[in-house]
Amino acid sequence: MTEPMHTGDVLRIEHIAKNYGAVTALTDINMHLGKGEVLGLIGDNGAGKSTLLKILCGFQPPSSGQIYLDGEAVTLKSVDHARSLGIDAVYQDLAMVNQLTVYQNMFLNREKVRWPLLNNRAMRREAREHLDEMGVRIQDINSPVAKLSGGQRQAIAVARSVFSNPKILLLDEPLAAMGVKEGAIILDLITQLKHEGKVSIIIIAHNYGQVLEVCDRVNLIQDGRISLDKRSDETSAEELTELVVAEYRKALQERQRASA
Amino acid sequence: MGRPPGPRAVTGNGRSLGSVLGQLARQREAAVFVIAVASFVGFWLANSAFVSTTTLAVTFNNTLPAIIIIALGEVLLLICGEIDLSVGWVVGFAPFFMHYLADYYHVPGPLAILCALLLGVVVGWVNGFLTVTVRLPSFITTLGTGFILQGTMLYTSHAEPASVPTSVAHYGSWLGGGNKYSWLIWAVVLTAIFHILLTRTRWGLHTVSVGGNLLGSQEAGIKVARIKYGNFMFTSVLGALVGLQTMYYINSIDPNSGSYIPMFNAVTAAVIGGTAMLGGAGTIIGALFGAILLANLSVGFSVEGISANLLYAINGVFILVAMVANVQLTRLRERGGR
Repeated sequence: MTEPMHTGDVLRIEHIAKNYGAVTALTDINMHLGKGEVLGLIGDNGAGKSTLLKILCGFQPPSSGQIYLDGEAVTLKSVDHARSLGIDAVYQDLAMVNQLTVYQNMFLNREKVRWPLLNNRAMRREAREHLDEMGVRIQDINSPVAKLSGGQRQAIAVARSVFSNPKILLLDEPLAAMGVKEGAIILDLITQLKHEGKVSIIIIAHNYGQVLEVCDRVNLIQDGRISLDKRSDETSAEELTELVVAEYRKALQERQRASA
Repeated sequence: MGRPPGPRAVTGNGRSLGSVLGQLARQREAAVFVIAVASFVGFWLANSAFVSTTTLAVTFNNTLPAIIIIALGEVLLLICGEIDLSVGWVVGFAPFFMHYLADYYHVPGPLAILCALLLGVVVGWVNGFLTVTVRLPSFITTLGTGFILQGTMLYTSHAEPASVPTSVAHYGSWLGGGNKYSWLIWAVVLTAIFHILLTRTRWGLHTVSVGGNLLGSQEAGIKVARIKYGNFMFTSVLGALVGLQTMYYINSIDPNSGSYIPMFNAVTAAVIGGTAMLGGAGTIIGALFGAILLANLSVGFSVEGISANLLYAINGVFILVAMVANVQLTRLRERGGR
């Protein structure tokens, strides 16, 4: 884990490209993810982060390139297929039903049933145990998630994904629109998962500082390519910001030159 | 806890009364419950004939069941984000369909009854198909299927009433046409079943989930289409059942017994009972109180001798009052609900 190993990686992707008609979203992506590793995938808006996420979770196929899971070439046919292979994604706020309670959301479509009725007691107990285990503090698991803060909701979404024992967890902007205290809930949760070492995590983010805190390694995605691959302790938020700003300046200069 | 029980304990202590009211107000069904009880007491005080056994039977064994039974389906549909405008015309067509089968095609009575209920399954499936698979808004879908049913019924029956086929007549006692309260018993049992379905089963939970967050539910792997198809079918079958029950109750097959009115009553009962028009929330119990309120209004004003023509306006006022109270209480609940 300390040294990125190309053999024994849980996930490796080679030469992934994605075009939408004439628009190229991803040019040539090569990356790898070690077992138990936390990888930060960062980049500015429009760099291709979400496209890559959609490909990795099986939502859409790449135009070309190959994905390897545990060294084996796979074609992800659908989100369900990806999930069955152990890849689970947590979207920003997508899969929470506001009207349902914490435990109902945690067991959504995996309900415990004593036919024909729901076994609410067992679900409440297990949800409580699971959240406690993961250090997620939720006062009342019977309250609708609409009443929780953004951080708590995100924590529940992550906890729910971990419930199904995925090999790879993709977190899409887990700190988006969150205050520092809120974000800390999620960072603590990720740190805890890292210590357990069972699941490998890719965090997609554009907030460099906070991401560096929990990641073992960061990949910077620029213009549809991975332009930087460094261990977190070898880089800094300043360096990453500078790289993104430099790219912006270069583009600006080119545009000015073209119009002049 | 140590306070003496009885009315003094409540009236003598503002806080306990306040907390009781506060507790009540936090329930989604609170507003409609209070208004339903108030309407009952009001009519009773205005004219004691309102609580005569005959009138009570009209209110609770005739008017109420027809509203609540259909509302059970509409509550589920509204919660999962759809609506069925066609159900009233299923009420009208189902008994005619049974009559054609029994009298013209000599289908045995029980089978003809079953086929009339199956008609509901088919209409519900078509509503589901056009809404979920073809992706029309259910408002349009069910308006279309409803008009088709109405036109077919009027054309085939020549808009003439028919008598109850002899081969099915004696099943009436089983279908709500028996003793004075047999239709009410159907309503109570079905209400209990649907309450449990909504609150205690996966089906109910997924119905809320689909209406609350469609994309999220799909993401979680819930079979969204199946939930919607199913709830359309529930609603239409309940409509067909009410059609047959109405036939037994009035002992005739009346081309006017369907129309849009049963549907409007059912949707109104659901909505003033706290079911969200936009999906994601609602209760069967709320719809029951809503239906009781509508039944009280309908029977109460005719007992008072108020013109049926004015009744619509009065109904409208009550619906608006109930809705305003609902909205206010929802705000209260959200403020104090933590």
